[in-house]
Amino acid sequence: MHATQNVRLAVDIGGTFTDVVLEAGGAQYTLKTLTTHEAPERGILKGFHEVLSAASLHPGSVSLIVYGTTLATNLLIERNGSPTALITTEGFRDSIEMRNENRYEQYDLDIDLPAPLVPRSLRFPVRERMNAHGKILLPLEEASVLDLVPKLAKHKVRSIAIGFLHSYANNLHEQLTRDILKKELPELEITLSSEVSPEMREYERISTACANAYVQPLMSRHLKNLEKVLGEEGFACPLFLMLSGGGITTLKTAIQFPVRLVESGPAGGAIFAAHIAKEMGFSNVLSFDMGGTTAKICLIDNAEPQTTRTFEVARVYRFMKGSGIPLRIPVLEMVEIGAGGGSLAHLDSMGRIAVGPQSAGSDPGPACYGLGGKQPAVTDADVVLGRIDPENFAGGNLKLDSEKAIRALQENIGETLGMEAAHAALGVSEMVEENMANAARMHAIESGKVIEERSLIAFGGAAPLHAVRLAEKLDIDQVIIPPGAGVGSAIGFLRAPVAYEVIRSQYQRLSALGIDEVNALLHEMRTEAHAVVESGAFGQPLVEQLTAYMRYVGQGHEVGVEIPVRVKDHVLDQTAAQNLKLGFEKEYNRLYERSIPDLDIEVLTWVLLLSTEKEIPRQGSEIPSPQESISNELRFLMDTDSGQFINAPVYSRAKLLPGARVSGPAVILENDTATVLNARFEAEIHPFSYIVLTRKREA
Amino acid sequence: MRPLSALSTIHQHIMWKRLISVVEEQAQALIRTAFSTSVREAGDLAAAVFDCQGRMLAQAVTGTPGHINSMAEGVLHFIKKHPVETMNPGDAFITNDPWMTSGHLHDITVLTPTFLRGRVIALFANTCHVVDIGGRGFGPDARQVYEEGLNIPILHLFHAGEPNKTLLDIIQSNVREPRQVLGDIFSFAASNEVGSKRLLKMMEEFKLQSLEELGEFIITHSRDATIKRIHLLKNGTYHNTLMMDGYDRPIKLQAAMTVSDDQIHIDYSGTSPAAAHGINVVLNYTKAYTCFGVKCVVAPDIPNNYGSLLPISFSAPEGCILNAQHPHPVAARHIIGHLLPDTILGCLHQVLEGGVQAEGSASLWTIQLRGGSSISSNSSYKGSIPEFEMLQFNSGGSGARPKKDGMSTTAFPSGVKGMPVEVNEAITPIIFWRKEFRSGSGGAGCQRGGLGQDIEIGGAEGIPFDVLAMYERCDNAPKGRNNGKDGATGRLSLASGPALRPKGQQSIPPFDRLRLELPGGAGFGDPFDRDPEKVAEDVRNEIISQENAQIDYGVNLNKDGSVNQIETRRTRSS
Repeated sequence: MHATQNVRLAVDIGGTFTDVVLEAGGAQYTLKTLTTHEAPERGILKGFHEVLSAASLHPGSVSLIVYGTTLATNLLIERNGSPTALITTEGFRDSIEMRNENRYEQYDLDIDLPAPLVPRSLRFPVRERMNAHGKILLPLEEASVLDLVPKLAKHKVRSIAIGFLHSYANNLHEQLTRDILKKELPELEITLSSEVSPEMREYERISTACANAYVQPLMSRHLKNLEKVLGEEGFACPLFLMLSGGGITTLKTAIQFPVRLVESGPAGGAIFAAHIAKEMGFSNVLSFDMGGTTAKICLIDNAEPQTTRTFEVARVYRFMKGSGIPLRIPVLEMVEIGAGGGSLAHLDSMGRIAVGPQSAGSDPGPACYGLGGKQPAVTDADVVLGRIDPENFAGGNLKLDSEKAIRALQENIGETLGMEAAHAALGVSEMVEENMANAARMHAIESGKVIEERSLIAFGGAAPLHAVRLAEKLDIDQVIIPPGAGVGSAIGFLRAPVAYEVIRSQYQRLSALGIDEVNALLHEMRTEAHAVVESGAFGQPLVEQLTAYMRYVGQGHEVGVEIPVRVKDHVLDQTAAQNLKLGFEKEYNRLYERSIPDLDIEVLTWVLLLSTEKEIPRQGSEIPSPQESISNELRFLMDTDSGQFINAPVYSRAKLLPGARVSGPAVILENDTATVLNARFEAEIHPFSYIVLTRKREA
Repeated sequence: MRPLSALSTIHQHIMWKRLISVVEEQAQALIRTAFSTSVREAGDLAAAVFDCQGRMLAQAVTGTPGHINSMAEGVLHFIKKHPVETMNPGDAFITNDPWMTSGHLHDITVLTPTFLRGRVIALFANTCHVVDIGGRGFGPDARQVYEEGLNIPILHLFHAGEPNKTLLDIIQSNVREPRQVLGDIFSFAASNEVGSKRLLKMMEEFKLQSLEELGEFIITHSRDATIKRIHLLKNGTYHNTLMMDGYDRPIKLQAAMTVSDDQIHIDYSGTSPAAAHGINVVLNYTKAYTCFGVKCVVAPDIPNNYGSLLPISFSAPEGCILNAQHPHPVAARHIIGHLLPDTILGCLHQVLEGGVQAEGSASLWTIQLRGGSSISSNSSYKGSIPEFEMLQFNSGGSGARPKKDGMSTTAFPSGVKGMPVEVNEAITPIIFWRKEFRSGSGGAGCQRGGLGQDIEIGGAEGIPFDVLAMYERCDNAPKGRNNGKDGATGRLSLASGPALRPKGQQSIPPFDRLRLELPGGAGFGDPFDRDPEKVAEDVRNEIISQENAQIDYGVNLNKDGSVNQIETRRTRSS
């Protein structure tokens, strides 16, 4: 963004809290307020005014606002969107309800399948048909579209998704249908599957179109309203929206494709971590965001978070894959598991300690909140283990009852296993860390990446409490605890480039690659991306990244291969097939440690990402000479190796200046959380105020 | 409890968790690389770790129940032929013998010992479906196992790190896709290495010398937890019979389940003899689906291992279709395997309070199509017919559950995923003209059975093609429970009218279409007890007709589709 008069605001609306960050001339102001669900704009304005007045600034001086929100996600989870109809190819009325025809959980006979966003009675088939090459097999029967008009009106439909087979290859029929309906019912919002997700695979594409249509009326009203009230309050700067793919975009694009907003909060967190990775010069990072209900883990290589195009929202079964609504949109790839401060512990049917995915939430919350919670949560364990000071939780705003925590652990776990509450707490803590470590390892193996030798960047309220043990379990030697970790996502919004990703499917075999067809497609994609990005880039230089998704003929999943864009005049030439093949084989080898000579390769999808250049990281000032820190407080802290309490020094993070060193075992306290070191780790404060934890060299 | 013993208890819990994660990683490594559609889409594989006596300590939860414990039996055969004391670092062993492992030649099992300080401390094994194993290819048409492909006895795959070149050469010249098959076999061995490495790392972290103590802990706790569940069931013997279509004559699956204090035993006496075609089941595979049927009802949350499976036993007379003897053909044994859980659920229904889910379509409807010069009906078609093979998994409806409707077009017991129509049409010259819910196919009940589906497929530009049919539940409908009605039977026909046989290779003439009507799940409970609002909703969604609402459910609707309360009460009470 522009360097002059750089006052930037970011706001992240979450389920419970609205986080606001203001950056002005190198200073950072942060704020957490409760989300005002009935009128989110009000919460935003309140937050803005508070940080602005703290910084002695006025709305007119703000040069940029970036907004990320979970509102679209909530509409999908709570099924609170607008009445939506689906118009689809005759013979395929049920694609969104038939799903992939599998059970996501083998052993539970009582699972619920995710309810479709559009009920069967609002799914209307019309006669038309394209083939996979976009050739018309049956022309659109326009009269049958017109016949739908009274039905749509009768059912009080507010929004329509149009999803025809193979519309990614030719969307003429989707467009014709839209034109007809727009003329008859001009007040309806219409989503085309070929625009929101122009990719092969009907279930995912049509499901994405339905989700977009389902949230569009309310999101569009909310966003327009927000723009209006901001203007009335004197904000005269552009408003950008954080996208799930890690870029920011204009209001206009967000209104058109609100479904791309669903993972904006977590995406901000990953961007936050990626920026820190860049500042620290780390090439391989694992970001670890642990809050009250879940933990999110993202692999970040060369300061780029891993991306994907498959995502599921509103999972109905313990975060399990397959139990949600698939969205085929660009997202930063993360695993989310039911492990947070509020995760509940119990003994399973084999008498093993088990933690999560059920969570105590904020009401009743962990037993130590004293609000009636009887089952022990991870936070209860942290209190009993001496990691959280019950008198000074959340900056002293919430007094915790450690007696209740002890009782909950004793009654639910300790008594049956014949151990004291403190050891039950240790078991709970170790188990939640084990769960996260296993999920991280599985995620890495699914991505074909290694996890050892990465650095861990830990943020979110509960992460610093568990980061060291998680690192040890993953064989990681270095952990970074950034400041402002409680509002990491919102900070990340300010680090995100203006970006837009265009995806198109076009099936071709490399052995007979039609270069002209590919170039024509890429040209269309590029034009679309430029139109979106330039409107928000204000002349900044743009970078393009092109990826082809390919596989060996006969396989089921594609491998993304980045194409170096040193193509002349942005067109692929006759060497393209050979280069694509080499690129594919190289990536395949990296992932699977082999390639298969003589087997043809097929391209299914192209992805073009256009963005402004990422913000250049701060240059680290000189590293101050290390200083041993002095603590004047000791506390009983459970030693995870011996199972005994030891006296550990306590430090206040606010008082540790750059260069300060702390040797574990120790606890470093801050307002929202605490960083816990065991005897194998030491800490040093980085000039950017990061706590850098390093495994001590073996003596 | 003293701190150290408390710590060791905690560590045992953690290590058990880790061990399951280790085999999950081993399985994931395989899924990512496999060429076989059924591995990738259906998770048709097994991965597990065993102690030195061959007792399974942890198994990955994969997409299909077909491998539960069948690999465990296989491991015993391996160590009988090659005792662990004789194994060397760098060794790996292989077999695909149906009777030793998982019931057909397409499944290859590779076993690798893990060494710590020169001693074997664990065995990693995996079983995986390969794309081809020679012979006739994957189908039920063989009359003897010899026709079904290459049979690899237990052999070294690696000898102290050196690959068994003789064996690899033999495989190379006996299968249709040698690069893919050999590539897969190497990755089976590699995935065992992934498991070994992780295990050794864990043992280092927790300073373990052997797995004995942890193994005892896992086995004891799992067995006790399973027995505790069995205690909840009333002792007695419960009988059930399930009739299925069979290849060319009906097959009877007969089960007598005896629940005693700490054991569930299933006796399959009375079951039909082995068939002349390749739908026969070996004992190991019977065991897999038997254990699954019992476990998903009695102890779904207890992980599969030697201990949790100890209290479940079974017997099947030699020569019956569930204990087929060499050299009976066995390639398509899953057809029958998929019906075993319904057979067992019928027994458990009698002993479980509230009952268990009604019968469903069970066996997958796998659409296997073939085009090209070898098909039988190309004479009248002018123009060239491209060579192609298409394989797509499709599911009918599953049975209604005591408290919930059955799931529509959802596989049970298999966990297989379907494949998008758009992808199939992009890679094969066929057009799906229809693939949607089959209205009225779910059995009526207080809880309705899941819906089957209607599928209609034609050749692109009217080309003819063959279907390799392998469909069940066309003569024998899924049975309802507690007065719930049966689900609809399946049907196979040409769009032009004539019916086709549900099993065997048949032709779709030029410009005609293949039509499949998949069975629906059966209902649970009296349809007259179904919430009238749900019936009205089903009518609104065109899942059942207004007449069905009235006749089957006793629900009368007003013109606007709402429930006519007065009429409904009258109909239901008469």
